[in-house]
Amino acid sequence: MHSMRGQHKTSIIPYCLLLLIGGALLGSGCRPQTDTPVAAAATAIQNKGSDTLVNLALAWAERYQSVHPEVSVAVTGGGSGTGLTALVNGTVDIANASRQIKAEEMTAAEANGITPMEFVIARDAIAVVVHPSNPVDQLTLQQISDIFSGKITRWTEVGGEDRPIVLLSRETNSGTHVYFLEEVLRLGDSENKTLFSTDTLLLPSSEGIGVEVRQNPNAIGYDGLGYVTEDMKTLAVSAAPGEPYWPPTAETVNAGQYPIARDLYMYTAGEPTGAIKTYLEWILSAEAQQIVLDLGFVPVGGE
Amino acid sequence: MKRQPVSLSEFLIERAIQVFGISAIVLVALIFFFLIREGVPAFFEVPLSSLFGARWYPIEDYFGLWPLILGSLIITLGAAILSLPLGLATAIFIAEIAPTWVRDILKPFVEVLAGIPSVVIGFIGMLVFAPALRVALNLPTGLTAFSGILLLAWMALPTIVSVAEDVLDSVPTTYRDAGLALGMTRWQVIWRIVLPAGRSGVLTALMLGVGRAIGETMTVMMVTGNAPRLPLTPADLFMPARTMTATIAAEMGEVAQGSPHYHVLFAVGLTLFVITFVVNMAAAMVVFRQVKRGERMLS
Repeated sequence: MHSMRGQHKTSIIPYCLLLLIGGALLGSGCRPQTDTPVAAAATAIQNKGSDTLVNLALAWAERYQSVHPEVSVAVTGGGSGTGLTALVNGTVDIANASRQIKAEEMTAAEANGITPMEFVIARDAIAVVVHPSNPVDQLTLQQISDIFSGKITRWTEVGGEDRPIVLLSRETNSGTHVYFLEEVLRLGDSENKTLFSTDTLLLPSSEGIGVEVRQNPNAIGYDGLGYVTEDMKTLAVSAAPGEPYWPPTAETVNAGQYPIARDLYMYTAGEPTGAIKTYLEWILSAEAQQIVLDLGFVPVGGE
Repeated sequence: MKRQPVSLSEFLIERAIQVFGISAIVLVALIFFFLIREGVPAFFEVPLSSLFGARWYPIEDYFGLWPLILGSLIITLGAAILSLPLGLATAIFIAEIAPTWVRDILKPFVEVLAGIPSVVIGFIGMLVFAPALRVALNLPTGLTAFSGILLLAWMALPTIVSVAEDVLDSVPTTYRDAGLALGMTRWQVIWRIVLPAGRSGVLTALMLGVGRAIGETMTVMMVTGNAPRLPLTPADLFMPARTMTATIAAEMGEVAQGSPHYHVLFAVGLTLFVITFVVNMAAAMVVFRQVKRGERMLS
């Protein structure tokens, strides 16, 4: 029971075993492809930006391509800033943004010889979400501001259970983050310099916020209404103490009642032409705006 | 058998190897100069009081680096402290103690573990691990520095185990036989002969493991909560933290080229580079010193 060692070879049997298991798993997933698209699309539209808009943009692209197989629309996310930066650098045709283009981005674009054109293509309510078991139903904008800036740190202070408040936010490159900072934390006042509490968790995706809100009864977060699922609780919000509390729905947004709502944008490099122009016109049509409603956003155009 | 003095192919191969060797050094130098070129302007564009402040909120021009540096340090150190003894013990078990058939099963599995993409580990961490940690320790949230430490320790383990195991395995059998012949117990052979003989290699294994931990981005971004707080007390281990790598990954895509924020992100990268460089240098110096001592013993 000693020196039976040295440079002996590792048996290959375990590797074969792993390969077999892997192969079996792969095999079950690999079926012959039957629905391969035949015709290659003649025109390609590059569409990139806001993560808030990415699902909507994908749904539009899929529907449009099924009717117009000659056009292919490639949709990617990354954040409003990412999309607008790409537009400024001339690498995309349409940038999706959940905020308006900033002055410095405009300057940078003009320096590159590009004049961004703005289109409002949908509206969105930002829902304030908590765990379904949280007894708190409604908050004023001021209370939400105090919670996210760290002035209120326990749920008891807003009529909830005796629990610490865990703040969830999107990363700073998200248009939703900037909107929430300006319109909620600072209550739309440009002189107000309130910041998010340093304890705020900055999560890289809407999914990250969803996962945490669904399982953590301490959590409060915010996200576009299109990302709110059944297993999160949305809070009714009032603009000021004494005013009515409104839940975030398409009706309250269109009626101007729900206070945290914003326009969603697409930007093109200069006046759109050709396939891009046709695509944008279709997006503003009733058919495309129905998809907006189906995905939990608020249509534009008033129909 | 004719023998050619210096064949053309031999010449070419030698040159090719030379070029490859030099290119590695040139690449590191280029990265360093690029980081300096893009990062150093930050120290002129942003007041030092801001860079050394305690608040990181770049969209409002708060560029305090301390929360990021300390966040990276506690998470890396924590992962190192957890993974080093575990990894070394596992390597010793596989190389010295386990019977051959156990070893033949364990080794490939450890190597497969090393191949799991970090985003998958982060996903498991976010969905399973962090919620369980919150409930188990009664924390406000499971997305904490400690979750990052545990997952990074897990990720560093396979590297440490497989490199250290190879090193221990390459210690000549005659060393062990000599020890056993002198009447040493198996533990004494491992602790007094095998480990010291493979010490420099074991240290390399530990450095590679720590290197994986400090450079890891995706996992920490998904499980540490990314809140740029200053971690100052032990209790802060169980609060969210933000690392340098996660900051660069999260913000680089958005930033306007040439802006102060862009330069500060490169300065963060430069800081990270300098830290890893110093750690590697320190490790290399320890290794070289030991080689010398080893040579002295042999001569």
